[in-house]
Amino acid sequence: MSKYTLNVNGKAQAVDVEADTPLLWALRDTLGLVGTKYGCGVGACGACTVHIDGQPTRACQLPVASIGKRKITTIEGLDAKAAHPLQQAWQELDVPQCGYCQSGQIMSACALLKQHPRPTDAQIDDAMAGNLCRCATYVRIRAGIHRAADIASSASTGKGKK
Amino acid sequence: MSPRHDDLISSPVSASRRSFLRQSAAGGSLLALGLYGGGTIAALAQGQAAGAAGTAAEFSPNVFIRIAQDGIVTLVSKQPEIGQGIKTSLPMVIAEELEVDWKDVRVVQGDLNPAYGSQGAGGSTSTPTNYENFHRLGATARTMLVQAAAQTWGVPAGECRAERGAVLHEASKRRLGYGELVKAASVLPVPDAKGVQLKDPATYKLLGTRVGGVDNDKVVAGKPLFGIDVQLPGMLYAVYVKCPVLGGRPVSANLAAIKAMPGVKDAFIVEGTENLNGLRPGVAIVANSTWNAIRARKKLVVQWDEGEGANHSWSGFLAQAQAASKQAGTVTMRRDGDVETALAGAARTVEAAYVYPFISHASMEPQNCTAVVDPKDGSIELWAPTQNPGAGQALVASTFNIPKEKVSLHITRSGGGFGRRLSSDFIVDAVAIAQKVKAPVKLTWMREDDLQHDHFRAGGFHFLRGGVDEQGKLVAWHNHFVTFANRVEKKESDGTSNSVLQPGSGASLSGDEFPGRWAANCLLEQTPLECRIPMGPWRAPGSNVFAWVFHSFIDELAHAAGRDPIEFRLEILGDKDMVAGTGERGVPYNVARMRNVLKAVAEKSGWGKRKFARGQGAGVAFHFSHRGYVAEVAEVTVSKEGQLKVDRVVVVTDIGAQIVNLSGAENQVQGSVIDGLSTLMYPELNIEKGRIVQSNFHDYPLLRMPDTPLRIETHFLKTDYPVTGLGEPVFPPLAPAVCNAIFAATGKRVRELPLSKTDLSWS
Repeated sequence: MSKYTLNVNGKAQAVDVEADTPLLWALRDTLGLVGTKYGCGVGACGACTVHIDGQPTRACQLPVASIGKRKITTIEGLDAKAAHPLQQAWQELDVPQCGYCQSGQIMSACALLKQHPRPTDAQIDDAMAGNLCRCATYVRIRAGIHRAADIASSASTGKGKK
Repeated sequence: MSPRHDDLISSPVSASRRSFLRQSAAGGSLLALGLYGGGTIAALAQGQAAGAAGTAAEFSPNVFIRIAQDGIVTLVSKQPEIGQGIKTSLPMVIAEELEVDWKDVRVVQGDLNPAYGSQGAGGSTSTPTNYENFHRLGATARTMLVQAAAQTWGVPAGECRAERGAVLHEASKRRLGYGELVKAASVLPVPDAKGVQLKDPATYKLLGTRVGGVDNDKVVAGKPLFGIDVQLPGMLYAVYVKCPVLGGRPVSANLAAIKAMPGVKDAFIVEGTENLNGLRPGVAIVANSTWNAIRARKKLVVQWDEGEGANHSWSGFLAQAQAASKQAGTVTMRRDGDVETALAGAARTVEAAYVYPFISHASMEPQNCTAVVDPKDGSIELWAPTQNPGAGQALVASTFNIPKEKVSLHITRSGGGFGRRLSSDFIVDAVAIAQKVKAPVKLTWMREDDLQHDHFRAGGFHFLRGGVDEQGKLVAWHNHFVTFANRVEKKESDGTSNSVLQPGSGASLSGDEFPGRWAANCLLEQTPLECRIPMGPWRAPGSNVFAWVFHSFIDELAHAAGRDPIEFRLEILGDKDMVAGTGERGVPYNVARMRNVLKAVAEKSGWGKRKFARGQGAGVAFHFSHRGYVAEVAEVTVSKEGQLKVDRVVVVTDIGAQIVNLSGAENQVQGSVIDGLSTLMYPELNIEKGRIVQSNFHDYPLLRMPDTPLRIETHFLKTDYPVTGLGEPVFPPLAPAVCNAIFAATGKRVRELPLSKTDLSWS
């Protein structure tokens, strides 16, 4: 076991784990941040998607010892009030079925919206292809991303403020 | 339930646990107004009176409803939530009858509790078996609140009415909120639920509207919800390794070396039982974190007794099936008329074999369970993402020989179910480990365990012959189904036991399988192949593949007869409105309902009105399952290179008089359509030397965003029939509708799953 200090959601967090421990299990078992999900352990399903310095990354493939000072953002840290446009849109359109994959979906979608604030369907296909949803809520995930783009756009122009 | 465990409860489940304790304390025998568990009204009233004294702050006319003095209504969801939306929809039914604003409702998940009645989530039964009762639960509470207000005001109850969480007396313009009526209502006798006045459906405000899932706020915030999220103080983490050969067992392992690995607390062999769906033998590794258990597992070396399952291979099964097809089936499910004579006299005959593989459920949340065993009395407390908590409790009791009453179970949200969690093997695994290590243990199956040690949807082989006469009318239908079965000991009533071959769940034909009952000359027979492969129910068991086989072959016959596929099917269905059930799944078939959804899907899709270019086409299928009548039309484009794109799917369902939650229902339809397409296109498990070859999502692909059809059109026909479930019935018709569309587009007939087995290229 070795001690590492991780920058998680803007806070320095000490973890004492084996060096090869994937970030996924340090988040879940050590820090109690269970929003990041285990789905496959081989980087094939996207349920564990987090942001490392803003880039969508599979937490199951990232050893804790390799992270250093890079900034980790998990679903719990996406927005202080859990009111990110994607989180709003997901609730407004009732996107989830079982919900297990949705934190990973939202983290991938968030990275997409940073790159393309108004993504096309083809851009959504590309950005979201790494995230599996076994309940197959893809129709609503797609709609949710478009809706979040609307919410973000009206918020930035002031029109969407209540 | 032992008080010792109170300090072990962490946030994910503490609220529901507390409510369980309170319900147990206030009225453990309190039954829901005679609707569940069969209690008498007198006993209920007595139980309520006893309970009311302890909960003066709340009006709780039954175990599902609690109204606090601030007007907040807490409703218990008794069914497991697996993504089907039941935790939202059934409480909506109570809220509708209770006349309360949805914003004032809080829903909590009920633990396993006999007071709730049946708590299984399977067979799309949660809605049909609870719908009317939940109306009555809500209406009973509303009736009592109205009476409480009437008594308070000294006016006849008939002059008062309930509206949006309050009772009104219009003549005197008086109003009392439900919260203000808690004390007065709590002392009233509970009326007979069967006699209370239900609302006129025309006045519904909530049912049929779009309501978001009650846990959506937690889902999008990443809050703990699922079984795998449970954390208890002092908890250890386990993995459990089973023999790669299905049905095998460990003989020895390098346990000392494993125990010396970092963080490992224990490693041991679990003897297990013979039950393929129960506690299977394996090696447990218990550590201070999930990862330390996983990394120790990488060094695990086990000597396995592979058993007779080591002979299994898919190619071997295929050869057995082909040999079997040359003979009569060993079991006859249906024999009407004379198939051989009819085929001999038919104007045209078609012969074809249809094949599909074993598949896994692959729910996103792998199987897991957290268990605590009380060292003093052996009682067991469980947290499990299960569809079948009662069966889980029963399997724990029978496996470990303890009374059911000593097994308590908290139902967590499940990250998908699809039938996998109707089996309870992961629960007994966790108990076996927790009993040994004497600490709270969370067992997590790795994805590889989940995929390779599933209770699989059985593969199958269908050998079909059919004939049409000069007028193009179906005259003969023969299906020889070669299926898979386990050998089990069946206990007879005289105490003796008999070794029998039992086909897997959903892996046996019913004599009523369509078009059985309609085809005048019909032979349905089957031959089971013995295997040691665990099998279990998979979304729409049986139907999920039978609909593909039968509606593909009906399509072959329609084309052989030169008939329009919908017209041909309507002719088979005939003019009768009802056909009685005869087989083991002997349910009456309402032909009128099926004709209506079939005609409606033709109309909504514009069937026959469009001229498709080569490489494009439309296909149709219908299926009756889980009490639902569904017809679907798919429109596809197949590129010259053979790439499939589903352009449009039109779904028409008749699931009765009321859609409970329009948003949830539409989500189930879209999900079922895409799941149906995914299962058609991608998943396949190969078996070699008794081992499942595929291991994870890299070699067991499922459909993702880019393959999702952009147009899925959902139509709910509203009829006068009872309200039924929607988790399953939309799945079965999708694959045949798409395959029939592929044929229309390319002339290529898909007779093997997954789709990648068939070259769809054309020129």
